[in-house]
Amino acid sequence: MPNFHTEMPTHILPRIAINVALAEQILVGFIRDQITKAGLSRAVLGLSGGIDSAVSAYLSARALGAENVLVVRMPYRTSAPSSYADAQTVIDDLQLPTATVEITDMADALINRFPHMSNLRKGNIMARMRMVVLYDQSVEWGGLVMGTSNKTEFLLGYSTIYGDSGVALQPIADLYKFQVRQLARHLGVPAPIIDKAPSADLWDGQTDESELGFTYDAVDQLLYLLVDERYTVEEAVAEGFSHDFVAHVWRRVKANHYKRTMPNIAKVSDRTLGHDFLYLRDWTGR
Amino acid sequence: MQVKIALSQIYPQVGNLERNLEKHLHHIEEARQQQADLIVFPELSLVGYYVMDLVSELAQTPSEQDPIFARLLKESQTIDIMVGFIQEDSRHRYYIAAAYLSGGKVVHIHRKVYLPTYGIFDDARYFSAGNRLQAFDTRFGRVGMLICEDMWHLSSGYVLWMDGADLLLCHSNSPTRGIRASEDGRSTVGRWVDVILQSYSAMFTTYVVHVNRVGYEDGKNFWGGSSVVNPNGDTVIQAPYFEETLLLHTIDLAQVHRTRSVNPLLRDERPSLVQAELERILREQTQ
Repeated sequence: MPNFHTEMPTHILPRIAINVALAEQILVGFIRDQITKAGLSRAVLGLSGGIDSAVSAYLSARALGAENVLVVRMPYRTSAPSSYADAQTVIDDLQLPTATVEITDMADALINRFPHMSNLRKGNIMARMRMVVLYDQSVEWGGLVMGTSNKTEFLLGYSTIYGDSGVALQPIADLYKFQVRQLARHLGVPAPIIDKAPSADLWDGQTDESELGFTYDAVDQLLYLLVDERYTVEEAVAEGFSHDFVAHVWRRVKANHYKRTMPNIAKVSDRTLGHDFLYLRDWTGR
Repeated sequence: MQVKIALSQIYPQVGNLERNLEKHLHHIEEARQQQADLIVFPELSLVGYYVMDLVSELAQTPSEQDPIFARLLKESQTIDIMVGFIQEDSRHRYYIAAAYLSGGKVVHIHRKVYLPTYGIFDDARYFSAGNRLQAFDTRFGRVGMLICEDMWHLSSGYVLWMDGADLLLCHSNSPTRGIRASEDGRSTVGRWVDVILQSYSAMFTTYVVHVNRVGYEDGKNFWGGSSVVNPNGDTVIQAPYFEETLLLHTIDLAQVHRTRSVNPLLRDERPSLVQAELERILREQTQ
């Protein structure tokens, strides 16, 4: 496991800071627009007790009205009880319709067939089971499945393909974790959710930052330079990051690009989906 | 001369000509009821922006024979109209175009000269570039029209200025990029556009009207913020961000006279010098 928990620069953080009022306006409008274009008025969202799904819930409630946002809690037997309780504070604050679908039986039906399964495989199965539950609930509820991924985890590939990335729209996937925290404070997300260590909650004591080997504040600054400001690796190093850290992060960004794009289609015909059959996704809404 | 201008900050839906026309007619009616002389719609207002492979099926020929233009020309009997559309020429090339309609006639058409093809933009993949920058006469004096990226080039406004335009009508499909806390409440692109419009008006001592659309196309949003800038470089009115709005504002063209009395930039401008130096520069660059 990599470990880059060394001294990192902090002087780039002010450049990352967003205008939270504008962000709220844009993202609330986006959610409303996407749901309306699908001919619907509702959304369904997996609520983990973490900050990303909490922010998505607040934005969705403002966009659609709380009564139109079904939040689903999907604990596995190893999930921390505190996560469940944190999710409850969001539900209570927003007065959201709620369902709880425990995924232990579903996930273990597969996990138990393979003794000595790695945590990575188990985590992926859990994420994909949750996707199955959400898409199933979305039919019954008559709403789109709301994404809760942020830009940091997407760029790092710290997500499960067809798991947490399997959604209908992505309201906060252009916000770094630092910016999600800013927006959470603005939206009134309960402070314990904002302040606790981010975790995928796949096993006891897991935290994102120990698993990744660096803090979100550190990597957000670096990703901002590399992606938003188009710095080269060398230029980023000159800002005070170690070369190993910069190289490691940029390698992760490149290696995981496949998770952020549709699978390639082998072209043989005169006109091919994704190559030269080009329409907006919103085209279906007209 | 006073001119009451209606800035129609609408949300055109990609590919939906009928619905977009309805929206135009609704704002035209509202503007007329408020005694507006001129209504300005956003870039490609009849068709939406990221039309991609829909280009050929959405293109129009601005004449009485086209049912949509026939309707707009009828409306232009009582109010002047600047509208955005896809123009198809006789040899089936497609242009991002702006038409100025007045008195039931097409007075002028401007074809977008600068087709942004970088970042989030892909204009040149789908469209041909216009080759003319011309001012034209209206009942309010001489006017110039620019489309979005055109106005990011200083030379576009300069040419129209030299061609006699004292009122610049600009329209855009400007998507939001950058919402930094360090800006003064505006988006990065919103601040940039405001600076461009203010620079145009201050350096050319003209009125500048800008109409930007709102709404979403896929994940991109258009910020609106349509505005009028007076010949002193002051933004005198600005529509809200993100909301569909019909904003009315009366400009006083006598302000052009007053500003130029104080600041005779046009009198002292030397287009022949510019021409001579540009010719020298182009000659030297090709050597």
